[in-house]
Amino acid sequence: MLRQRMQIFVALVATASILMLGGTGFAAEPIRLGVAGPHSGDLASYGIPTIKAAELVVEKINAEGGVLGRKVELMVEDDVCKPEVATNTATKLVSQKAHVVLGHICSGATKAALGIYKDSKIIAMSPSATNPALTQSGSYPNFYRTIASDDAQARLEVDFALGTLKLKKIAVLHDKGDYGKGLAEFAKAFLEKDPRAEVVLYEGVTPGAVDYSAVVQKIKRTKAEAVIFGGYHPEASKIVTQMRKRRMKTIFISDDGVKDDTFIKVAGKYAEGVYATGPKDVSKNPMAIAANEAHKKAYGADPGAFFLNAYAATLALLNAIDKAGSTNYDAVARALRTQYVDTPLGKIRFDDRGDATGVGFSMYQVRKGVYVEIK
Amino acid sequence: MDYFLELFLGGLTRGSIYALIALGYTMVYGIIKLINFAHGEIYMIGAFTALIVAGVLTLLGWNQVAILVIASLVAVTYSSAYGFTIEKLAYKPLRQAPRLSALISAIGMSLFLQNYVLLAQTSDFLPFPSLIPEFEFIAPYAHIIQSSEIVILITTAVVMALLTFLIKFTRIGKAMRATAQDRDMAMLVGVDVNRVISVTFIVGSATAAIGGVLIASHIGQINFYIGFIAGIKAFVAAVLGGIGSIPGAVLGSLVLGWTESFFTGYVSSDYEDVFAFIFLVLILIFRPSGILGRSETEKV
Repeated sequence: MLRQRMQIFVALVATASILMLGGTGFAAEPIRLGVAGPHSGDLASYGIPTIKAAELVVEKINAEGGVLGRKVELMVEDDVCKPEVATNTATKLVSQKAHVVLGHICSGATKAALGIYKDSKIIAMSPSATNPALTQSGSYPNFYRTIASDDAQARLEVDFALGTLKLKKIAVLHDKGDYGKGLAEFAKAFLEKDPRAEVVLYEGVTPGAVDYSAVVQKIKRTKAEAVIFGGYHPEASKIVTQMRKRRMKTIFISDDGVKDDTFIKVAGKYAEGVYATGPKDVSKNPMAIAANEAHKKAYGADPGAFFLNAYAATLALLNAIDKAGSTNYDAVARALRTQYVDTPLGKIRFDDRGDATGVGFSMYQVRKGVYVEIK
Repeated sequence: MDYFLELFLGGLTRGSIYALIALGYTMVYGIIKLINFAHGEIYMIGAFTALIVAGVLTLLGWNQVAILVIASLVAVTYSSAYGFTIEKLAYKPLRQAPRLSALISAIGMSLFLQNYVLLAQTSDFLPFPSLIPEFEFIAPYAHIIQSSEIVILITTAVVMALLTFLIKFTRIGKAMRATAQDRDMAMLVGVDVNRVISVTFIVGSATAAIGGVLIASHIGQINFYIGFIAGIKAFVAAVLGGIGSIPGAVLGSLVLGWTESFFTGYVSSDYEDVFAFIFLVLILIFRPSGILGRSETEKV
């Protein structure tokens, strides 16, 4: 707790010092960027990296003269990831006349806050809220995000199986957990909508069971060409191992719970050829390298969760204001949708629903004991 | 028909896996009426010991069968030492206390050992080498049954036979039966009850360690938590068969293995556990002391 308080304190001091610099040079009204997310409590580690990303970007942009000749000012507000607190946070940011908001972090809190921003015509951009409905429901035209939604992995798995591998009979399995079952449900829904495919089996396996031979026999009996599995690597490695030991060549496609080196270590030679989706590799992106370096220099540690997503979101918001020539809601929204911006996640813009294009997942395959990104 | 056979064999293997653990549960319960919750952890420690020994021997370039034998022997010895020590530390001081106290002590021991391994080793899953060789003659049938499954089946049968022999036909077995029937009376006629109980724990732990080595090598992965889930299932199997009875533990395990396998195969694995436990409840309603359990009237 004390360390978190200290971090917040440091963050506030840093913010304050930026404000002082801004105040001395320019008389023009600053651009106010709200930063909302959990900054205390047990989920603070998800929210604090976003403050740091915003600080680093704003510091850099202000040093280069700001946006539209105006300094950017941060307004950091805590929502502890709770929807009921998030509505207060949002109201506060609105009453303090924030122009745009970076946040919130958790999907539930984001949803609660969005209605308030919508009524006040304020754009909000989350680096981390992955709930599909936030963009897909169409209820929040003021919402954007720089992270792929939960169903993006399922979409990619299905497109890959049907499009790239040209498969028809698919078995969908999951581990009955929130994450695995959620993904499997999306995958099943996408497959059922697609006339090319047939879901021959949809089932949950018991995590931690001593073996999965019965389920494996069942997969064999359905003559599925591929298994799409939603879940984590311990179950995946057991299922893959038992399939291969029974001489089954069924293709195995899974998610980023399986795109983990432990999977390859545990399944050994049987892991060979397994497909798994995982976040796009940005480790070679020069902006990502620079952003991570800047963080290390400023805070003496590696960045935390969603740092690069938040970095990209801050850049995207400020770039859109710059391109729009004002903080006018409609102009900024148009700029977000039409103007590409270079970020640590690559060159991005936003589609009509508010999801960033080109951000998200890639398909990987185990080749010679390592996951290789398939282009 | 093929499908039925495959499910039957799958259930048989799964049942044998449960049985190797359930035997130790049922033996200890038979002698001192204690549900030894730390038994699953002994199984896990056996597997970890074998993993470490096998790792060292593989580095030294030994052949596979020698590694399997040596690793099993070390695991059995080490786990037996654990079983012996646990009994002396956690159960013996509570022998005159109410049964509930010993039960709580067993749960505490189980948590302690899990966390001990978690801290001393790792929380990650570790790959376990397949110590059991792939037999040539089984290759054409690999789609139905694997070498490791055959080895598990045979080992379970042999361990069950040896235990039955030990209990029915040896001196210590007679002493065990006497202790199980009436501990105070056995003590009065000169049975060294402490020794009998120690031997029971050593033998029970040894079977768990054998199970640990074979099962881990069949599944190919271990972590500190495997003992808990396997232990719970084995406990259910022991109750199903009639706790305290050696053939009962094996029969109960097989019935549980088949129930799960057929239910998964013909209905759905979503409710596999639910169905297995409904089945347990049904059997206990009609045979309260399990399939092969003797109904005991409380002695006054």
